Amino acid sequence: MRGVWKSGLRPLAAALLVLSAFGIQAARAQDAAPQAELVTRGEYVAEAADCAACHTVPGGAPFAGGMAFHLPTGTLYAPNITPDANAGIGQYSEAEFIRAIRQGIRRDGATLYPAMPYPSYARMTDEDLHALYAYFMHGVRPVSTPVVQDGMHWPLSMRWPLTVWRRLFAPDPAVTLQGATARTFPDPVVARGAYLVEGPGHCGACHTPRAVTMQEKALTAEDGPLYLSGGGSVDGWRPVSLRGENRTGLGRWSEQDIVRFLATGRMPLGAAFGGMTDAINHGTQHMTADDQLAIARYLKTLSPTTPAQAPGWAYDPAATNALRAGDVSARGARHYVDSCAACHRTDGRGYPTTFPPLAGNPVVMDPTPDSLIRIVLEGNTLRATKQAPSAFVMPGFAARMDDAAVADTVSFIRAAWGNDAPAVGAADVARIRRSLSPEHPPASLPMN
Amino acid sequence: MSDDARRLKPVDVVVVGGGWAGSIMAKEMTEAGRTVVMLERGPDRSTAGEGAYPASIDELEGNFRYKLFQDLSKSTVTIRNNASQTALPYRRMAAFLPGEGVGGAGLHWSGVHFRMPPDDLRLRSRVIEKYGAKFIPEGMNLQDYGVTYEELEPFFDKAEKVFGTSGEAYKVNGQVVGQGNVFSPSRSDHFPLPPLKDVYTAHLFRKAAAEVGFHPYSLPAANASQQYTNPYGVQMGPCNFCGYCSGYACYMYSKASPNVNILPVLRRHPLFELRANCHVLRVERDSTGKRATGVTYTDAEGKVVTQPAEMVILTAFQFHNVRLMLLSGIGKPYDPVRNEGVVGRNFVYQNVTTSVVWLDPKVETNQYIGAGGGGVAFDDFNSENFDHGPLGFVGGSPVWVNQAGVKAIAGAHSGGPPGTPRWGSAWKAGMIDTYRHSLRIDAHGANMAYRDVYLDLDPTWKDAYGQPLLRMTFDWKDNDIRMNRYVVDKIGNVAKAMGARNVHLGMREFGKPFDTRQYQTTHLGGGAVMGTDPQTSALNRYMQSWDVHNVFVIGANAFPQGTGYNPTGMVAALAYWAAYHIRTTYLAHPGPLAG
Repeated sequence: MRGVWKSGLRPLAAALLVLSAFGIQAARAQDAAPQAELVTRGEYVAEAADCAACHTVPGGAPFAGGMAFHLPTGTLYAPNITPDANAGIGQYSEAEFIRAIRQGIRRDGATLYPAMPYPSYARMTDEDLHALYAYFMHGVRPVSTPVVQDGMHWPLSMRWPLTVWRRLFAPDPAVTLQGATARTFPDPVVARGAYLVEGPGHCGACHTPRAVTMQEKALTAEDGPLYLSGGGSVDGWRPVSLRGENRTGLGRWSEQDIVRFLATGRMPLGAAFGGMTDAINHGTQHMTADDQLAIARYLKTLSPTTPAQAPGWAYDPAATNALRAGDVSARGARHYVDSCAACHRTDGRGYPTTFPPLAGNPVVMDPTPDSLIRIVLEGNTLRATKQAPSAFVMPGFAARMDDAAVADTVSFIRAAWGNDAPAVGAADVARIRRSLSPEHPPASLPMN
Repeated sequence: MSDDARRLKPVDVVVVGGGWAGSIMAKEMTEAGRTVVMLERGPDRSTAGEGAYPASIDELEGNFRYKLFQDLSKSTVTIRNNASQTALPYRRMAAFLPGEGVGGAGLHWSGVHFRMPPDDLRLRSRVIEKYGAKFIPEGMNLQDYGVTYEELEPFFDKAEKVFGTSGEAYKVNGQVVGQGNVFSPSRSDHFPLPPLKDVYTAHLFRKAAAEVGFHPYSLPAANASQQYTNPYGVQMGPCNFCGYCSGYACYMYSKASPNVNILPVLRRHPLFELRANCHVLRVERDSTGKRATGVTYTDAEGKVVTQPAEMVILTAFQFHNVRLMLLSGIGKPYDPVRNEGVVGRNFVYQNVTTSVVWLDPKVETNQYIGAGGGGVAFDDFNSENFDHGPLGFVGGSPVWVNQAGVKAIAGAHSGGPPGTPRWGSAWKAGMIDTYRHSLRIDAHGANMAYRDVYLDLDPTWKDAYGQPLLRMTFDWKDNDIRMNRYVVDKIGNVAKAMGARNVHLGMREFGKPFDTRQYQTTHLGGGAVMGTDPQTSALNRYMQSWDVHNVFVIGANAFPQGTGYNPTGMVAALAYWAAYHIRTTYLAHPGPLAG
């Protein structure tokens, strides 16, 4: 997912796939038009792999690249991966294409910036990649505008450190595929889910913690309980655990809740925000109901990292009763009533699936308060999807509340209704406020 | 066709006006597989834009600088009380507030969402049946709509489901099912949402009205009492009674609007295109004059362009529809002297007066709370629910407390009881007393149609595009004043039962002309009415022009005379009714749907 490399190890924390093949002359890929069915299947794989989230700018030509990533080491631009022979990937043979996807090796042998999640894509099947290649060569309109990479500073303007990284940390696809084949699953639905999540879906790119050297600490469920246990903050968003924790993971989400979330970005316990918005918009909403269910069923097999006897979340009406009695003496209570309660209610239950609940919401109870702070500061847009045509916009409060007020508000939300999460300080808010990108809030607001 | 007009690629349907009627027609036509271009004179609008909290709840901008309303510097109407006067342009918003921009009046409305009473749909026939033809006053053009409640019922039902309307039914499928309006006709289904809660003043009014022997009910409101998902899959939030409905885009997504309830689906439809900031100048016709070929409009850059289309559906505000017909030569213009022609005929308004009741100073009425469509009404003196025989007037009036949220400036504007000084400490004391301890009761009456009340093109004044302004010739008539005074008198008894300390009965005065300087209501009607006789209606009962069969005209312009109810529910039902007949008959066999 985009922006993953912002946090963590700074020298390597700058990355994007650069597939453009400037100045390289080679025979054009074989261009016999494959069957339309194969192209359609490839399009589906591209959606499952969420290629558009990085390679298509909002309102721009599909896969023509150009999306900017502002990193400490410079600005990177997502490359053009349309089949244009010069500006895009038109000269890639299928073997070269598959090597780039699975191993992160460019056509000329250089290493791709590892924001391209090739450690996950290593798991993708030959069949899927064959279809994906057919789609990119024959189902995508070539765009001749090149994306110029001139924003990176030394040393990351050089490729060799990436090669070292790749050799150290990227999995060997042959081994990966072999390992995957050898695994046994309780049923074929879970097996399919494991493939989608660990492979094309590359969920771990955001939701699995990374080592100081930036590689994901686990690439599959086999690698242990760190897998999908929640990632480092990305642009002020903290990807939550997708494991079975009761309070901070998916422990209280049913299979159907997860399916609904993947299809619409909204379910009774929460709503999508941050990077997940793009993942749903470009990716999961387009998946078949069977594949959405497979993902859900697989995620529900992931054990919680918390002890089994840890107390689960239970609604505590104390804060509600106080607010309803006109008692706003609790820290942040007054701000909450004035600015939040119209939609999220004094009982914190919100109006799911229109305005999400704050009571018992894993994002609210997460040990890291970054996401909650950022949402209060800049608001959030729940985008429309095919199945849920209404978008909902929460206004940002950055201009109306200072750091102390935001800290008080967030602390109230984290403490109330049985959430019992630690308070936050004004310094936490200041840190997030400083990190807000000038691109936010998004220029294009929904029109409903 | 203008020689300099650029011609665009033809489409199946062009819809003129981006409000409720336009959005419903566009949705129905795309469902029928037709390409649709919707042209809206004003800008595009959204909850995230105009409705963004907290900037949206700005009374000065919303209700006093008219953010969502028509730009009168470009186009307006002229007004006079009678044909002996010279009409002058309506240059400042006051008596009525036409909207502008995507969503139209459907974005700035309050949300009161009624079905038309069955008797109102055939008022001429009903009055003659009950009281004889001689009962109809000289000069009153009393008419039937040409469509019955039973025919419209499925479309009332559909509109309520799309709008997410809150209310309580009385009868469903002939069975009494709840505490709804005992005078209301049977429904095929309940309201999609339960009624809004009564605010305190509505609660007191409900109790007092019942004590007096009237039959109070919850106003049907398109302000969602709960969160809701409509049949198109769009979602609404729940109303929180903030009071920023009329004049505002609802930041809670809880007031039904085309923007929230229909356009999210339309905007995603590949057959649909919305063009904002496009001012339609006229409907173009072919050499026979019997067929429309498209519309000519001024686009956002000021260029004049022609959009060819197989069908033209006029869905602008009531009087804009009438004006477009007059500017395009569709239908015969009304001539009040000869009493001939139909376009401009039967122009009507609504006959609304407000009474104020002061309660004990210990009672806080909390007038700042409210929902635009919420409240309690009684219909004992509406429609043909009472015997007009001994009273000698036609028409009626529901009575209600519709506390829609009195905001600070409005509260200061209304001041104290009549006779209170307009400045100084006495004004201040009266204003505060009134704001804190009073409530307002409306008589929301019908206005009948008269031979000498009409719309035509002004001979003098032109708009920014060089086209003649529409001229209104309007005044109150004796019949309507007597009706108002009779019904308002009943409010006195209710006020007494509420324990009023002081009552001001707001009544229409004999001999006092229509005053454009005071807000009354934006519920204008008629001017291009529907019916079964081409001599007295511009549209047949399917809202189709009698003269140009591929022009349909949807709006309150179709009402042959006024009604006591708010018009939007009827306009939406007529849109679905017309769309149904276009889809089931007209598209396969284009031609007149009624002969």
